[in-house]
Amino acid sequence: MRALLTAGSRAVLVELDTLEEVIQVHESLRLDRPVGCVDLVPAARTLLISFDPDRTTRKALADDLSSRTGATHRSPQPRVVEIPVVYDGTDLAEVARLSGLTVGEVVRRHGTARYTVAFCGFAPGFAYLSGLDPALHLPRRPVPRTRVAPGSVAIADQFASVYPRASPGGWHLLGRTSAELWSIERQPPSLLTPGTQVRFIQVTS
Amino acid sequence: MMEILRPGPLTTVQDLGRPGHAALGVGTGGAADRGSLRLANRLVGNAESAAALEMTCGGLTVRFPVPTTLALTGAPCPATLDGRQIGMNGPVHAAAGQELTVGFPSRALRTYLAVRGGIDVPPVLGSRSTDTLSGIGPTPLDVSTHLATGTAALRFPPIDFAPRREFQDQPVLHIVPGPRNDWFTSEALTTLCTSAYEVTSDSNRVGARLAGPPLDRTIRHELPPEGMVRGALQIPPNGQPVLFLADHPVTGGYPVIAVVHEADLDQAAQLRPGQTVRFHTSPRRRPPRNRRAQLSAKP
Repeated sequence: MRALLTAGSRAVLVELDTLEEVIQVHESLRLDRPVGCVDLVPAARTLLISFDPDRTTRKALADDLSSRTGATHRSPQPRVVEIPVVYDGTDLAEVARLSGLTVGEVVRRHGTARYTVAFCGFAPGFAYLSGLDPALHLPRRPVPRTRVAPGSVAIADQFASVYPRASPGGWHLLGRTSAELWSIERQPPSLLTPGTQVRFIQVTS
Repeated sequence: MMEILRPGPLTTVQDLGRPGHAALGVGTGGAADRGSLRLANRLVGNAESAAALEMTCGGLTVRFPVPTTLALTGAPCPATLDGRQIGMNGPVHAAAGQELTVGFPSRALRTYLAVRGGIDVPPVLGSRSTDTLSGIGPTPLDVSTHLATGTAALRFPPIDFAPRREFQDQPVLHIVPGPRNDWFTSEALTTLCTSAYEVTSDSNRVGARLAGPPLDRTIRHELPPEGMVRGALQIPPNGQPVLFLADHPVTGGYPVIAVVHEADLDQAAQLRPGQTVRFHTSPRRRPPRNRRAQLSAKP
């Protein structure tokens, strides 16, 4: 833990060194929630903990955290989800041009990487997957699209993801999947929860 | 049971939201002004967490096919039941077939209508709230929407009226600096606390956009996305604060210079476009839990 920052009267923002550390600390807190912890938001380098000030204090949370962050914690068997992808996205050629690769190589690199759900955000079921091949790290499109189709498989910056529902979006679209990313009938409703390992499997239809 | 004859500019079903799902990208949401929702529920003998209607700028007309006890709280609106004027902040009994009409608020922005038994729409992840950002929960009300009311109610509170909350023209919101105030110039926090900021019309349940003296950054590189709280004052590159309200995104990519104190969040949710708001860093203390113990501890 690098720092514990104040985020208003009932939350703290824990700064960590790496995404892996965020995932570890989040997993540890998720499995063994401190008393009074209301919500957890893992992100790229931070973990936001909102708490009920009637049930805990900043000090108690800080003590709890310092006892956890030293120890490495891994859930014994991470969940693995395979996502079938048809690689026919509208940005494939552009991604190939920007990264200096062939389209076939973009597809190969995207499909062979091993991803971990780092955190969720933007929309229900939208997961930020770490593990993208560095050759494919590109800034977001300069002008976001007003509508991206649900199931679009996309990349931006150091992350890969899948759009769970129709929404605006500025990521580069590589393909599409039939996987259901979000369903309130399911528990949890999100297919990709923090810590889940993800593989993209190329299919033809 | 109630039938919506005129939904107003934006009327949604709200309760106290769905905490605990932020890691899945689902925010807490819920009533923008929680104190007003809680009061409306108490006045009709509901649990404070029951679902009620949140109106933005009033404008609702609703018909009650069966006898109903209702209460209006929050932004004060003229209201009539079958043409007869009724007051805010107290329980009102509507006979079968009567129509409630709510006008435009004279101050503030959001008015709450609770009915005895609560509004019974199917809960999603434990809440009946509409989250306007993620699209979870019931869609905003439309003409001829029929809403079922529940049966779970408590005893009536032994009061006719609750004290009316004051809505100020130039409210002062207390803030807690951080988590990223060190990304800004040393003057930025002073500027924030000595200037008036106008609420722009580009404001909704997600956030209130403010216009005023820009807040300049010293650290200019990108902030990796991080978790956001209700009340966060996020500063995009143009230096104009965005005050996050109930339906704010779970994560955000701009630094937060300060967060509005929990005790002032309801007031923040009542800010109206065109109004000015001021910020203050002096701490707003929570009342001590055990006042007697505190007093006896003094020498």
